[in-house]
Amino acid sequence: MAEASPLAPRGAGRMVAHFWMILGVIVVAFPVYYVFIASTHSTQTILRPPLPLLPGPEAAANYRDAFTGGISKIGGVSLWRLLANTTIVAMGIALGKIAISMASAYAIVFFRFPLRMACFWLIFITLMLPVEVRIQPTYKVMVDLGLIDTYPGLILPLIASATATLLFRQFFMTIPDELLEAARVDGAGPWRFFRDILWPLSLTNVAAIFVIQFIYGWTQYLWPLLVTNSNEMNTIVIALKKMISFADADTPWNLVMVTSVLAILPPILVVVLMQRWFVKGLVETEK
Amino acid sequence: MRRTVFPHKLLPWLLVAPQLAITLIFFYWPAAQAFRQSLLKEDAFGLKTSFVGLANFRKVLADPAYLNALQVTVIFSAMVAFLAMAIALFLAVQAEKVVRGKSFYRTLMIWPYAVAPAIAGMLWLFMFNPSFGTLAWPLRQMGIRWNPLLNADHAMMLVVAAATWKQISYNFLFFVAGLQAIPRSLLEAAAIDGASRRHAFWTIVFPLLAPTTFFLLVVNTVYALFDTFGIIHAVTGGGPGKATETLVYKVYNDGFVNLIMGDSAAQSVILMVIVIALTAFQFRFIERRVHYG
Amino acid sequence: MAGITLTDVRKSYAGNQVIHGISTRIADGEFVVIVGPSGCGKSTLLRMVAGLEAITAGTIEIGGKVVNDLEPRARDIAMVFQNYALYPHMSVRENMAYGLKIARMSRSEIESRVARAAEMLELQPYLDRKPRALSGGQRQRVAMGRALVREPAALLLDEPLSNLDAKLRVQMRLQIKEMHLRTGQTTLYVTHDQVEAMTLADRLIVMNKGVAEQIATPLEVYERPASEFVAGFIGSPAMNILAVDSEAGTVTLPGGTRLPLSGLPRAGALHFGIRPEHLRLAQPGEAAIPVVLRSVERLGADAFGYGMVEDTDMAMVLRLPGTSPAARGDHIGVVPDMAHLHFFDPETGRRIEA
Repeated sequence: MAEASPLAPRGAGRMVAHFWMILGVIVVAFPVYYVFIASTHSTQTILRPPLPLLPGPEAAANYRDAFTGGISKIGGVSLWRLLANTTIVAMGIALGKIAISMASAYAIVFFRFPLRMACFWLIFITLMLPVEVRIQPTYKVMVDLGLIDTYPGLILPLIASATATLLFRQFFMTIPDELLEAARVDGAGPWRFFRDILWPLSLTNVAAIFVIQFIYGWTQYLWPLLVTNSNEMNTIVIALKKMISFADADTPWNLVMVTSVLAILPPILVVVLMQRWFVKGLVETEK
Repeated sequence: MRRTVFPHKLLPWLLVAPQLAITLIFFYWPAAQAFRQSLLKEDAFGLKTSFVGLANFRKVLADPAYLNALQVTVIFSAMVAFLAMAIALFLAVQAEKVVRGKSFYRTLMIWPYAVAPAIAGMLWLFMFNPSFGTLAWPLRQMGIRWNPLLNADHAMMLVVAAATWKQISYNFLFFVAGLQAIPRSLLEAAAIDGASRRHAFWTIVFPLLAPTTFFLLVVNTVYALFDTFGIIHAVTGGGPGKATETLVYKVYNDGFVNLIMGDSAAQSVILMVIVIALTAFQFRFIERRVHYG
Repeated sequence: MAGITLTDVRKSYAGNQVIHGISTRIADGEFVVIVGPSGCGKSTLLRMVAGLEAITAGTIEIGGKVVNDLEPRARDIAMVFQNYALYPHMSVRENMAYGLKIARMSRSEIESRVARAAEMLELQPYLDRKPRALSGGQRQRVAMGRALVREPAALLLDEPLSNLDAKLRVQMRLQIKEMHLRTGQTTLYVTHDQVEAMTLADRLIVMNKGVAEQIATPLEVYERPASEFVAGFIGSPAMNILAVDSEAGTVTLPGGTRLPLSGLPRAGALHFGIRPEHLRLAQPGEAAIPVVLRSVERLGADAFGYGMVEDTDMAMVLRLPGTSPAARGDHIGVVPDMAHLHFFDPETGRRIEA
């Protein structure tokens, strides 16, 4: 929107608004900037406050060290492995959610079958059962199914999502009846209708849900903490927490900072680069 | 209600099957187990369980530690929800006033949403670390004996700051959307009626934002209750003492660290009741837009 | 191409019958229009032929094959929807080709059919555009094209012109007529517009409340409406209906005109119908129906006089020459054309032959 609201002030008032926005942006963005700065300094500089506000000379050395084994020395697992684990989990959750919630929303909107509304409510009520309120018994199910320290164990319990199903259902209901009728008269069955018509029309919604769920997957904490015992299966967030809690005088803080940056960067990139879909997904999923 | 549907009978079942299976295995079964366990007691060796009715609930609700966690949770949630919403609303209103640079500000404003709560906590701990935090340093220079690892109030301030920081971007986006949804003509009418900007904000804009505000209130409360587990676990571990032990943290601690199953299950059930109440509350008042059918 | 046969077709929703047994045979190449007020069941009937609504009872045959339980795609039909239902993400070309692609037609055949339809509908310049870049009339033509390329046994159109403005509607109506003459396609066309119905149809099905009131050629419907409903629905302004009494084979109109009609079967109350265009002003001294004019609408070539039969609450409309000096408040006498009298049973509304 290029035009300001009718109540927008002119001149000095607008400058004041800019001032507050800049202050807000500094407060909001500063911690992220700060950790990035820290990742370019040596441990000695980091431990001697205050930290300079500009990048230091150690950037190349720190990042090279982190990727070539420095992290393995602290956590026992390479940085590559941590990033791979987190990517697999985040992608698995995002894509898995999209797949199963699209399928069930498709069934609920475009078919009539016995217990249809019962299915809808069964899914809908899970909104009220976040993992935090049923940690212990869920953990026991994972043990019984042998899913501890496995990717399915990290992914499966988090891919059933009422939110995504509701959003797809809401969107599918806006598809005019006539479009489905035209497709049926043209000879399309359920699969062709989905592939040729519904899927292309759903793409922006899919992108929006993907962004939200990728971040959801990447930032998971409690669940990975519970179902991973082996460091090999850690996500980067959990690994970082472990590095810090065992901190002692020898902790290579510069490498911890590099790890922090790499734990933050991918989801920030996704949010910033897919901003349009992210905002749409957020504002529309939740409303 | 759709007029036309596909006539297949088996296919829709196959389509809902994956979600139903996962929902049943990972949601309903564990939730039912939590209910069952909350009514049982295990002996000291974990060999025998016996039905004890509501004894676990009675014990939990009489436990000073639990009541402390409840109090911590209420204070923590209220502060996070209020601060995160107030700051976000203020910034959203400022953003509405600027003409150039709106999308630039927005881009910088949404970063924290992508940061994991645990990492948000670590960032703030890093900045305010009593020994080498860059922002703790000036506090110490000013003679404040700043130490969130030992001082309960400081610990609470730190986790509240981290939790608030992370939630501002979310609230900001919703308030911006809410402000843009207010019909321009209303504001123009107010301007012609001679309302000052401040007056127009409190008498027109703020009341019209009520649905957004109310929605965010529920979302922020749920966020503060559950999603902040990572912050507390990573920053304070519930300490010092039990100064930052929230309900969710205590469920985790009793179930996985102290291994008191009956208590932990009873706490889970209480949490479920809280979530259900919040969700029902939300639907009762704002989710009229959801159509069932 | 093939004919369509409906045999006692019925439809109920949850025990509530909305189509009450309709039977007719539509010949190969015939253009049949289903017309009626909104809610009369005309669209439901069309959708049952298309296979978009289940048939509660009766049979529908297309090309001699019972299609009751067949999917729309197996019925060899094509359909044009009121809101066109174009696929928003496909170009005009893709929209038209979609059904053919599903039918696994060869690429060259698809191309030549699309090209032919595009030429007939003057759509060549728009083939690579998306529907949202087209005007309403162009979208309508794409919807027609999508149906035509299929070369189906039967073409079904559901109020295809009702979203267009008046001028475009006339233009498209002529184009549809011309296209039918060229392709000889068996066509079933639903509309609530009597002008569309009269001008396009080989035969009309006039529907009311789920019942086919009359199935006949447009002229027959106009000349000999089978019921009071049809008489009122077809023709504009609508036919005048007067409550009269018949006694010993003679009907006396208000004002004393006596109509000796040997054919009337019984004595008692009757409804007498006469169209505005079949009334004329009385000569001096002639027995006539006395009418007070309340307003005169001048359309140029014609004028319509709206009035009341004197001393009654019965309205009367008559067509006057455009230059007629008649004016509001005039007391006039009108005389019916004896060749165009209609009588209806006041109870059932059915036509009574005089």
